[in-house]
Amino acid sequence: MPNIVVLVKQVPDTYSERKLASADHTLDRASADAVLDEINERAVEEALQIKEAQGGEVTVLTVGPERATDAIRKALSMGADKAVHVSDESLHGADIIQTAKVLAKAIGTVEGYDLIIAGNESTDGVGGAIPAMLAELLGLPQLTHARKVEIDGTSVKVERETDAGRTFLEAALPAVISVGEKINDPRYPSFKGIMAAKKKPVTTLTIADLGIDASEVGLANAASQVLESAPKPPRAAGQQITDEGDGGSKIAEYLVSQKLI
Amino acid sequence: MAVERLLPDTEAEDLIALARDIAANELAPKAGEYEEKELFPREQFRLLGRSGLLGLPYPERWGGGGVSYEVYLQVLEEIAAAWMTVGVGLSVHTMSCYALAEYGTDSQRDEWLPDMLGGDLLGAYALSETHAGSDAAALSTRAVLDGPDYVVTGTKAWITHGGQADFYTTMVRTSPDGGRGISCLLVPADTPGLSASAPERKMGMTASTTAQMIFDGARVSTGRRLGEEGIGLKIALSALNSGRLGIAACAVGLAQAALDEAVRYAKERSQFGRSIIEFQGMEFLLADMAAAVESARATYLEAARRRDRGLPFKRQASIAKLVATDAAMKVTTDAVQVLGGAGYTKDFPVERYMREAKVPQIFEGTNQIQRMVIARELRNKA
Ligand SMILES: Cc1cc2nc3c(=O)[nH]c(=O)nc-3n(C[C@H](O)[C@H](O)[C@H](O)COP(=O)(O)OP(=O)(O)OC[C@H]3O[C@@H](n4cnc5c(N)ncnc54)[C@H](O)[C@@H]3O)c2cc1C
Ligand SMILES: Cc1cc2nc3c(=O)[nH]c(=O)nc-3n(C[C@H](O)[C@H](O)[C@H](O)COP(=O)(O)OP(=O)(O)OC[C@H]3O[C@@H](n4cnc5c(N)ncnc54)[C@H](O)[C@@H]3O)c2cc1C
Repeated sequence: MPNIVVLVKQVPDTYSERKLASADHTLDRASADAVLDEINERAVEEALQIKEAQGGEVTVLTVGPERATDAIRKALSMGADKAVHVSDESLHGADIIQTAKVLAKAIGTVEGYDLIIAGNESTDGVGGAIPAMLAELLGLPQLTHARKVEIDGTSVKVERETDAGRTFLEAALPAVISVGEKINDPRYPSFKGIMAAKKKPVTTLTIADLGIDASEVGLANAASQVLESAPKPPRAAGQQITDEGDGGSKIAEYLVSQKLI
Repeated sequence: MAVERLLPDTEAEDLIALARDIAANELAPKAGEYEEKELFPREQFRLLGRSGLLGLPYPERWGGGGVSYEVYLQVLEEIAAAWMTVGVGLSVHTMSCYALAEYGTDSQRDEWLPDMLGGDLLGAYALSETHAGSDAAALSTRAVLDGPDYVVTGTKAWITHGGQADFYTTMVRTSPDGGRGISCLLVPADTPGLSASAPERKMGMTASTTAQMIFDGARVSTGRRLGEEGIGLKIALSALNSGRLGIAACAVGLAQAALDEAVRYAKERSQFGRSIIEFQGMEFLLADMAAAVESARATYLEAARRRDRGLPFKRQASIAKLVATDAAMKVTTDAVQVLGGAGYTKDFPVERYMREAKVPQIFEGTNQIQRMVIARELRNKA
């Protein structure tokens, strides 16, 4: 009966305007709706499918500000059993290495975990490095970009898919895996799930609870600094071609001019 | 543009978020095609069932959500804004469960209600007949006692989900006693002798099946009668009081969708070198549309809050239905105007919204009948 920890992150909704705060180039959290990252919905779904087949327990873990409780509730209403929320003012502006360290310590508070499931990369930070860093910090095998996961009592098999192709991996548990877009279609929560979520245990921890000193984290202690940021230039208006019998060749000409064919 | 709602608690917020999620990802993308091809959205109702949305305002004891009308109606509004056929269908299903939930015995409720509220089943409400529309008390489908059964003969008209539903909450005549000779039966779809006619060919809501249900000596056990003999019309009208709130919420959703489309278009379209939204003639039109949508929403919410507090709400429900459905007709018509020639084409959804807005002024009591209900209350109160 696997004991699974799913790493979930709250991110600005891709449908709303996303921007950085001008003062310190961190995410302007007030400007956008915050949602559970879709790739993390898939991670939760995978954990729930394993649990439905084999039993066990699913814990979701997030490092994020107070309002990340909304993302936690979403995961719990989908069916996860409990949650750990690391919330601490001093984490504002934390970089990816700090985040990985905090996550590693927080995972340590979950007794007897067998499997850690993350998204392959978040839609806001797009670092794609957390799973690897965690595996390093915890001394565990990493199986990333999974499109298929199978576990039995002692080992995990993963079908890994990237642009480069497919690989078939196996490792002993416990292990860290990250899932890609194709892994599954996440379920909708049900209203019963929503009602049940409010009764599920959520442990809130500060970094002090994890034995981390405030001087090790936050914007001031980040390994790299954002000096400047600018929004992506707006996309130029599309080119319209009117089909006067020669539409096909005009499109082909365009594609040739763009070196696409 | 998401409607800002003042909701009572985080469960309600999460519920609305769930409804929006389903509306945006599962309903809105299919609506145009299904309406065009007249395909009934049976799978979509199953998804609503799995998500616990088919029994929201009924007690948890029988698998309902135990949600207030104030919250349930806002869920309905979100669903209808994405796809009117599904919103109205959800409202009709909810109304079709009312007779059992309110008038059934505990053993009847234990037996049937969990399946009706809990997911896979879809319901219909059968009151109208060809010659008994506004004058529902004139209905003539007969139910004659024969041993442990009623033998039912007659034709119910205009039944939403006719031929698609799994059960029909049906008003039948058990005695010649006018309005006091009507009883309510919960009829399963697979009852021998029950069949559906070919669906009506409608102006709008073309994905929603509307058909006559033909009872030809159909045997229905007396154990499936809800409430005493003779109180069927009372049950039917009481169900309609709540149903009208549902129709009001659906109409507001539809009007909101039309307003959103109009605003989006008016910002993008330019004439005379300016966005058309900058012309005062357009501004005032859009402002009136927004005022109609928001005042209609406030009206149904006020009626819902009365219902939730156990206060009489009949007049308020009729007012909400009247105000909201007239608002939807006006707003969808004006949305076509805002889009100009484009609005009159099927390349944009507003012409469909306008066609869909017409029927809420007609069903669950025409708006003339709503005025009669309102006026009668005024007369009787004074
Ligand atoms: C100088 C600097 C300042 C920054 N300031 C901010 C800021 O103010 N606010 C901000 O949000 N970000 C900030 N960031 C980015 C932030 O550090 C990263 O977003 C974060 O460390 C995770 O990286 P990622 O999302 O790119 O991870 P990825 O490796 O892309 O994520 C992969 C997966 O790891 C898991 N995961 C990632 N992050 C978390 C988390 N927090 N909790 C649980 N699971 C997680 C998820 O499963 C996710 O799908 C800053 C970065 C730098 C360099
Ligand atoms: C798409 C659709 C779905 C429907 N779904 C259902 C359903 O699921 N279940 C169900 O039972 N029924 C359903 N109906 C029937 C609907 O409720 C009736 O059409 C409605 O009650 C009006 O009845 P009628 O069509 O016979 O019109 P009539 O009653 O003949 O009315 C014709 C006109 O006369 C007016 N009128 C009638 N009486 C008066 C009066 N006293 N004073 C002033 N004006 C009056 C009406 O307002 C209307 O304008 C549906 C109808 C439609 C179109």
